[in-house]
Amino acid sequence: MTEVLDRPTSSQSVGAVEPLLRVSNLTKNYGHVAGCLDISFEMRPGEVLGIVGESGSGKTTLLNCISGKLAPTSGSIAFNSRRHGLVDIYDLSEPDRRRMQREDWGFVHQNPRDGLRMRVSGGANVAEPLMNLGRRHYGDMRQATMDWLSRVELDLGRVDDKPRNFSGGMQQRIQIARNLIHNPRLVFMDEPTGGLDVSVQARLLDLLRELVRDLGLAAIIVTHDMAVARLMADRLMVMKGGHVVETGLADQVLDDPQHPYTQLLVSSVLQI
Amino acid sequence: MTQEAAIRVDDLSKIFTLHNQGATSIGVFEALKLEVMPGECVVLAGESGVGKSTLMRTIYGNYLPSSGGVFVLHDGSPVDITKAPPHQVLEIRRRTLGYVSQFLRVIPRVSTLDLVIEPLLENGVELEEARERAITLLQALRLPEAHWDLPPSTFSGGEQQRVNIARSFIREYPVLLLDEPTASLDAANRAIVVELINAALAKGAAMVGIFHDHDVRDAVATRLFNVSEYKAAA
Repeated sequence: MTEVLDRPTSSQSVGAVEPLLRVSNLTKNYGHVAGCLDISFEMRPGEVLGIVGESGSGKTTLLNCISGKLAPTSGSIAFNSRRHGLVDIYDLSEPDRRRMQREDWGFVHQNPRDGLRMRVSGGANVAEPLMNLGRRHYGDMRQATMDWLSRVELDLGRVDDKPRNFSGGMQQRIQIARNLIHNPRLVFMDEPTGGLDVSVQARLLDLLRELVRDLGLAAIIVTHDMAVARLMADRLMVMKGGHVVETGLADQVLDDPQHPYTQLLVSSVLQI
Repeated sequence: MTQEAAIRVDDLSKIFTLHNQGATSIGVFEALKLEVMPGECVVLAGESGVGKSTLMRTIYGNYLPSSGGVFVLHDGSPVDITKAPPHQVLEIRRRTLGYVSQFLRVIPRVSTLDLVIEPLLENGVELEEARERAITLLQALRLPEAHWDLPPSTFSGGEQQRVNIARSFIREYPVLLLDEPTASLDAANRAIVVELINAALAKGAAMVGIFHDHDVRDAVATRLFNVSEYKAAA
């Protein structure tokens, strides 16, 4: 079943507000295998979009294409950057695209080891994005790092410890601080709470929710956890076999799913 | 001059299709029409399963109707919430349309006081004023002060319910949906909630409610609306 159950207005333009992100007819094939197929959507500043679906449905392929890590086979991804305005990110030169990624984006990986540099201290990991943007005043950067470590509720006394000496949940919080310190306009999160135990997960989710609200961040969160989707996302896209099969307001998609696959997904969640 | 309805339900039909149970279709209601004016509290009537909650949830934009529309008066003009884009639905819920359910969706770690002031902060009220208003309301609802700094996940049903009510009434929404807000409350607390509802009505709020408790219903209803009259043909 590949038809898209489109909400009456979900494909409409966002209106007077210029979109932060506009994805048009994005397709990515791996040889003859489809990763994601003909995906179009827009995001507004401050909006939190959840992408849900089973493993292999194309969630991560989509995230990697949008975040500039993987060039799509066809289609375009336009992002409204501070420096260039609304431009197709793959039309930018490599250095320009990298600079835009450093300035305007954050990327929180599921596994903190993919997003952190394990050989330098936790504090240096948090400060590095500022250095990458050309900041050189160590006192200021140290102060900003301390502020962020306390925002993500880490013990400031451990600022100089290496990431491997922190627990998984703490590493994830370092990664979050590292990806928010430079005041990005859009943060990508790939299963940000996957692999953590539930008490740590709850705390991290609550922290993320507060930060997203306080900073007015736009975020794209890929998750297979419906509870995470409900708590974090304003809007959901449900993916199956590379297609977006349903999209709409998060609570509406979860409480009154229309597509057979979404109904299956929602009814498969265990109740406690 | 005729006043504009705060809620106008227009030829609304709802059919649930259960694709994974052999595509069973369950018709709930069809061609349902309802208008609610400011200052009115319309109580939905009809036996269990007739679609009262489904209607409420469709008005809130939580369920998607099969056809028809729900126009909510937002910033002085009617907006069809069933066709509005997600960001606009969220905006309507933030500023215009409140929903009091029987259950509090507890967020881990967030204290009672923070939960209650959240809707005010989202609407740009200063923290000091928000705290004062929250404390006044929690006192009126007789929630013990020792509870204010605790997350409500460990509270009793009635206590959670009162936190929920405080969270919904603090904002003074122009349009309120009440899904059995007094379900797990004792008589004294029910009376307080009735007072809150009547005060909001006097200020011109429009409400749609479901109440199984007849005393509460009689105390707040300006009229009854029988959902079963619009029952979908089986």
